[in-house]
Amino acid sequence: MKFGVIVFPGSNCDHDAYHVVSKHVGQPVDFIWHRETDLSAYDAIIIPGGFSYGDYLRAGALARFSPVMQSVRKFAAHGRFVLGICNGFQILCEAGLLPGALMRNRDLHFICRHVHVRVENSDTPFTHMLKQGAVLRLPIAHAEGNYFCDDATLDELEREGRIIFRYCDERGRLTDTSNPNGSRASIAGICNRGRNVLGMMPHPERACEDLLGSSDGSAIFNSLATTIAKMAES
Amino acid sequence: MKAKVYVTLKPSVLDPQGKAIHHSVELMGWQGITDIRQGKYFEIALAETLDAERARALAERLAREVLSNPVIEDYRIEIEEP
Repeated sequence: MKFGVIVFPGSNCDHDAYHVVSKHVGQPVDFIWHRETDLSAYDAIIIPGGFSYGDYLRAGALARFSPVMQSVRKFAAHGRFVLGICNGFQILCEAGLLPGALMRNRDLHFICRHVHVRVENSDTPFTHMLKQGAVLRLPIAHAEGNYFCDDATLDELEREGRIIFRYCDERGRLTDTSNPNGSRASIAGICNRGRNVLGMMPHPERACEDLLGSSDGSAIFNSLATTIAKMAES
Repeated sequence: MKAKVYVTLKPSVLDPQGKAIHHSVELMGWQGITDIRQGKYFEIALAETLDAERARALAERLAREVLSNPVIEDYRIEIEEP
């Protein structure tokens, strides 16, 4: 099994993701420069957080035209796994691999703090080691995390169980104050129809060690790694 | 030739920046301002070899595929002939 972490000019959580995969998941991982196009060696691609292309035009809008993104599109179409975190989620939405868009936070501020998210669907390759309804404590760090989609898209996401994480309070309740950025339906993470592409604003890679205030994020990487291992066996 | 592209949020999309500006303007005591929505404006220089029709088509494609996000934004184009 091999992971790849894509590096755009302006990515800044690439080393965190690399560290978690190599040290905590214990799997081989490469950095992939955004000019690369060959992803055939990989089972899972992580699009990390940061400010690709300085967030110019719109967050993720320019990164989606990078050569590697054409390959990520094909990679995802073949059912292989793509995890977009923060800026990675923004890029996946801009690229049309996930529906909707991430807009400026409701209160306009850059928010950098730990929040709670509820696991809305534990039946995915990324969340099967978590309990349905479990509350995770994960950090967010973004100015454009306000998830928006139209009514039809929201219905579809709900109906198909593709809302994976929602912002909540420490007891798992959805309230207006537990929604940090104004996201529609408190959405913090969604997946595609094939359930092999997940985008989320919170940073699980920054929450894999108790020393960092939370290790709740590690189950997401471990879920993915065990999914890949099982697929390799069968 | 020059293309001017205006990108604005769709009417159904909330604009927290425009709202904040409007709120401040109200606090400053401005009268008669009922709403403010913020958008983006691009000035695009086009090759002189393009005729008006091709220039518009090119600007149209750029606005649709790059400058705007159809999920949340609309765009409008003006072509300025020399």
